Amino acid sequence: MTTVTPDSLSSTRPEVVGLSPWAWAKKNLFSDWFNSLLTVVLVTILGWLIFRLANWALTTAQWQVIPNNVGLFMTGTYPSSLYARVWALLAMICLLAGLSWGVLSRNLSTLFSRNVLIGIGAICAFIVLFPPTRPSSLKLLPMVAMVAGMAAIGRQAGRQRPGIGKWVSLLWFLSYFVALWLIGGGLGLTPVSTNDWGGLMLTLLAAVSGIALCFPLGLMLALGRRSALPVVRWLSTAYIEVVRGVPLVAFLFMGQVLIPLFLPAGTRPDRILRAIIALALFSAAYLAENVRAGLQAVPRGQREAAMSLGLNTPTTLGLIILPQALKIAIPAIVGQFISLFQDTTLLAIVGLAELLGIGRSILANPSYLGRYAEVYLFLGVIYWFFCYAMSLASRKIEDKLNTDER
Amino acid sequence: MTQPQTEQSSTQTPSTEPVIVARDVEKWYDNGFHVLKGVSMTVYKGEVLVVMGPSGSGKSTFIRTFNALEPYQKGSIEVDGITISHDLKNIEAIRQEVGMVFQQFNLFPHLTVLQNVTLAPIWVRRWPKSKAQEVAMQLLERVGILEQAHKFPGQLSGGQQQRVAIARSLAMQPKVMLFDEPTSALDPEMVREVLDVMRGLAKSGMTMVCVTHEVGFAREVADRVVLMDGGCLIEQNTPQAFFNQPREERTKQFLSQIL
Repeated sequence: MTTVTPDSLSSTRPEVVGLSPWAWAKKNLFSDWFNSLLTVVLVTILGWLIFRLANWALTTAQWQVIPNNVGLFMTGTYPSSLYARVWALLAMICLLAGLSWGVLSRNLSTLFSRNVLIGIGAICAFIVLFPPTRPSSLKLLPMVAMVAGMAAIGRQAGRQRPGIGKWVSLLWFLSYFVALWLIGGGLGLTPVSTNDWGGLMLTLLAAVSGIALCFPLGLMLALGRRSALPVVRWLSTAYIEVVRGVPLVAFLFMGQVLIPLFLPAGTRPDRILRAIIALALFSAAYLAENVRAGLQAVPRGQREAAMSLGLNTPTTLGLIILPQALKIAIPAIVGQFISLFQDTTLLAIVGLAELLGIGRSILANPSYLGRYAEVYLFLGVIYWFFCYAMSLASRKIEDKLNTDER
Repeated sequence: MTQPQTEQSSTQTPSTEPVIVARDVEKWYDNGFHVLKGVSMTVYKGEVLVVMGPSGSGKSTFIRTFNALEPYQKGSIEVDGITISHDLKNIEAIRQEVGMVFQQFNLFPHLTVLQNVTLAPIWVRRWPKSKAQEVAMQLLERVGILEQAHKFPGQLSGGQQQRVAIARSLAMQPKVMLFDEPTSALDPEMVREVLDVMRGLAKSGMTMVCVTHEVGFAREVADRVVLMDGGCLIEQNTPQAFFNQPREERTKQFLSQIL
């Protein structure tokens, strides 16, 4: 008799045998007649669509509208004599982005892995070859170098002082006000009226401000809706339900008309500020429900365990409940941020020249008559780029916070 | 059947100084169910009290009133000389002196084992981080989890998690420890490691109130065994008497079902 002990069994996992391309195709695409038919039909349709799109993009489309109006797309009617300030703003963001990247990846063995180098190379090639960016490549290429350089510095600094992360967050916070100063002027810089803020710059400013304002507001509303105090609970619920029942466009118009009514006569907040406040107030209601879902998903035992240790309510909330609730709610919260970003396109309706609004005013120019497809495709790719970046970031954060199996 | 006539109670004789005094505690759930029907009980310093009873008898609810996790409507509970009131400060003060271990462990999954144990000493006792960590490491060594200090709870087995939960409660240096069915959610092979830690704790003179179905533990470690049923306290007795010559008919019936 032989007994089988775990040791006597082979201890190596059987190798997973990769399929040859032919075998893979046979298994996944042509396993039976129906799947073969589906494959053939879909490949035909897809190929035809791609062919038509490529054919249009390379022969029919007149792309000059994009490179001719890069300035408008990026900054609206911002005076071109002051473009240096916008470049300075971009440089500041690149420095901070590089620094953050370095600090965040301080524990990686190599910062510039093969994939990262390929990515940097691709970005540089894109800058030089892409017609809209080609004229500025002498400014854009140093920006890429700055990101990479700051990443190396940030990694070094992060290794020597692991607590540096909160200082980087503080820098980001301060950079917001520096950005406003660079764009708007004052304090020694030529002032630029907000009427001349526009394009992608305004879109990003509105989105960042909206997100920064709506997050704390949404958090408070979510906590308010679960509060033990009836008045706080009713007010939060009423706010959420009323705002969710009103379309954003109506809300934006009300913001333009109503916000000045609540303020003393003579103080008339800027149009952009009013629009951002309306956007944030609107998104906060949706965000509150996302956070509330997260709060409800934290098991009751967590609160009981914290309380049984003598932790008071604010500490329990801040250290035990919220970190878990927000982690659960990340996908929904980022979804709300993405939709806020896309909702900035509605600012065009209240007369602000954000990216989509600029696109429409360019299309109204007789020299670019009928260039709809080119302009909207270009804008679509820009919006997609930023939304996809947010969604990638949320996945990274989720992975980082996952403590279940590691 | 003969029972080994060894000294059954723990090495230290319980004093007569009461730590918890519950008088005629009555509780109704929000749906009107009368879960505690006037329960009185005193826990003395250094004593190990085991509470047994069928499910739904109100035993968990009863011990959860000791640290005000469950409010009650009538009667009074005094912990370490302080009467539980509705005042939040009073409740927080009492909770600092009463440790609790839950059936579902309830470790904080987003914090490491070490952070779980140091959290309350740092935020409630206001100890410096270094002192809290030093004490936490000693406790983790005592419950045999020292090597896992920097792991997250999700990476530990159930038995290990429950031992961390015990260390987390002990870190607050409580006057009394409440155990709410600490082994009921564990796989059978992990029950022993948790009971061993509890045995050690009892030997060290800790005042303990344990809701448990572990008869072996009750026989060996308890100073007193209590049976609850239907929201009432049926019988209190020494373990020998409770298991061998129970006074009440209900106790005999209960024991016949679990032994």
